[in-house]
Amino acid sequence: MSIKVILEKCTGCKLCVKTCPFGAITVVDRKAIIDFAKCNLCGACVPACKFVAIELKKDVKKRDLSGYKDVWVFCEQKKSKIQSVAWELLGKGRELADKLRVNLCAVVLGDHIEKEAYEAIYRGSDIVYLVENPGLLHYQDEPYTKVLVNLINEYKPEVILCGATTIGRSLVSRVAVNVYAGLTADCTGLEIDEKEKLLLQTRPAFGGNIMATIITPNHRPQMATVRHKVMQEASPDKKRKGKIIRKTYDGNTFLSRTKFLDFIKEIEETVNLAEADIIVSGGRGLGAPENFKLIRELAVTIGGAVGASRSAVDAGWIPYSHQVGQTGKTVCPKIYIACGISGQIQHLIGMQSSDIIVAINKDPDAPIFKVATYGIVADLFQVVPSLTKRFKEVLKK
Amino acid sequence: MNIIVCIKQVPNTTDVRMDPKTNTLIREGVESVINPFDTYAIEEGVLLKERFGGKVTVISMGPPQAENALREAISLGCDETILISDRALAGGDTWATSYTLSMAIKKVGSFDIIICGKQASDGDTAQVGPGISAHLDIPQVTYVKKIEEMGKDKAKMERLMEDGYEIVETPLPCVITVVKEINSPRLPSLKGKMRAKNATIVKWGVKDIGCDLHSVGLEGSPTRVVKIFTPPPRKSGEILQGEVSDISKKLVDLLKTELH
Repeated sequence: MSIKVILEKCTGCKLCVKTCPFGAITVVDRKAIIDFAKCNLCGACVPACKFVAIELKKDVKKRDLSGYKDVWVFCEQKKSKIQSVAWELLGKGRELADKLRVNLCAVVLGDHIEKEAYEAIYRGSDIVYLVENPGLLHYQDEPYTKVLVNLINEYKPEVILCGATTIGRSLVSRVAVNVYAGLTADCTGLEIDEKEKLLLQTRPAFGGNIMATIITPNHRPQMATVRHKVMQEASPDKKRKGKIIRKTYDGNTFLSRTKFLDFIKEIEETVNLAEADIIVSGGRGLGAPENFKLIRELAVTIGGAVGASRSAVDAGWIPYSHQVGQTGKTVCPKIYIACGISGQIQHLIGMQSSDIIVAINKDPDAPIFKVATYGIVADLFQVVPSLTKRFKEVLKK
Repeated sequence: MNIIVCIKQVPNTTDVRMDPKTNTLIREGVESVINPFDTYAIEEGVLLKERFGGKVTVISMGPPQAENALREAISLGCDETILISDRALAGGDTWATSYTLSMAIKKVGSFDIIICGKQASDGDTAQVGPGISAHLDIPQVTYVKKIEEMGKDKAKMERLMEDGYEIVETPLPCVITVVKEINSPRLPSLKGKMRAKNATIVKWGVKDIGCDLHSVGLEGSPTRVVKIFTPPPRKSGEILQGEVSDISKKLVDLLKTELH
């Protein structure tokens, strides 16, 4: 793989300079120069050049990948309940499997979890690979990795989808290294290139400022993680039939060097921020920790979760687990209501893909209004209680 | 205690802006910084050294200018730095990057713990930390928010989950990735800055760390970026005007269809 500028053709027009996402091209004496320390060989500059002056040579060393088929979904479970992100992935997985004309398979790991395997069939799986062992009761990196690697080596899936959750991200990163697979994090779009039978994985980069489409041309499986709420959940059909394949492994497979000791529930409200359809967030504009009760009241009224900006968390008004933004959580609910949040870029990165954004802020120049679907330039101490009251009236009916 | 911290130099996100006319990233004047999550990894490494003695070795893979990030790490209390820089590494994805870092760590030799930030702010993958531990075949604990106990051959960690935290015991050596909650990074001291200025940065290429040349850079990477595009900008919304009660009524009418 190599890239070069054909100097005779280059006119120094700088079109490539603007296109390069890595800032690797400069024009010196009317000729483009590529800085190889920065160049990622992504090829974005090639079509941008109107003079066909950039040449990217790709090695065409095709491996035989025909032995790999089927689309798999890793079904994350907590307390022996499969998490909703898995149903969303089965929804997308069904579509991908149909396009590839292969089976959709669920991987269900746990202990005494057969009931959930049937649920995975109702939600669209043709086959469920079920492994039950006390060592799989709680998620632990090593036994889960070993079991998934064994299954992959035996059944050779072409695609594996997994939730971009704490568990999912820890697990598949390890698995991908062990089986030498391509892994793309946090995909927001998954399509099949039907001619090449490739999974086209689209994800945001640079905090959502650019989107990149990524493929895994020569390695299998093609693995991708997807955040909550990005895909449509598959609805259950109790009449659906499927096959359950039970696998057992020797005791060593289930051994873990790390030991899970305890789980402490910490979140204030019952709604998990990453799974919430509605989030009401408070920022520095609240002025004091006790004013978060306004946010909580509105959130409870409309069945939402409570979020916060970094400055509210740093001030100690609310635990870090509520922080939305670059150093906190990235969320994409249907409705995001930002109260007293100015909208620094680090916060916007964490919530700008929400369907509807409502911004309430006194400052009409606050950057949050640039991304808001509905903006309210007013005092949150008047607007938020008024909204809560109004929602209560409407929702009662 | 031998502590290894892996860091990445990234563009400062506060500086990343889009050109509204061409809809491309404005690169000029974008400052490079230590990945924000890695600053917590550095601080945790220095805190462990202060409690238990030993040294903190910082490793970064990147272009020659990543040397600045390593100097900054020294000013924050780290002892030794290694820059892995080589043209052969260009285009590496998380598989190839974690492989390269693991080979460098093998060359460093003995260590008790490897600390990484939970993810980098430019790629956001959170894959390199676990990748390193998989390549080295040692245990990992991701999203660590507190080291509760640190013994000679084992440690107890609090691991942040979506809805609370787990308490996990791990043998050493291991890899941990840390979240913001774990500490508050210090500012560089004047003495540290002086040390950073004069420090020697060890520089290794792929041959120095014995990498298989087919496993690094673009060739070693299973994934390929095939297209880069700008998402359609969020269209500017509507400012609701009027008395507070009118605004509330209007907004509730607009949103109520979304509630169930």
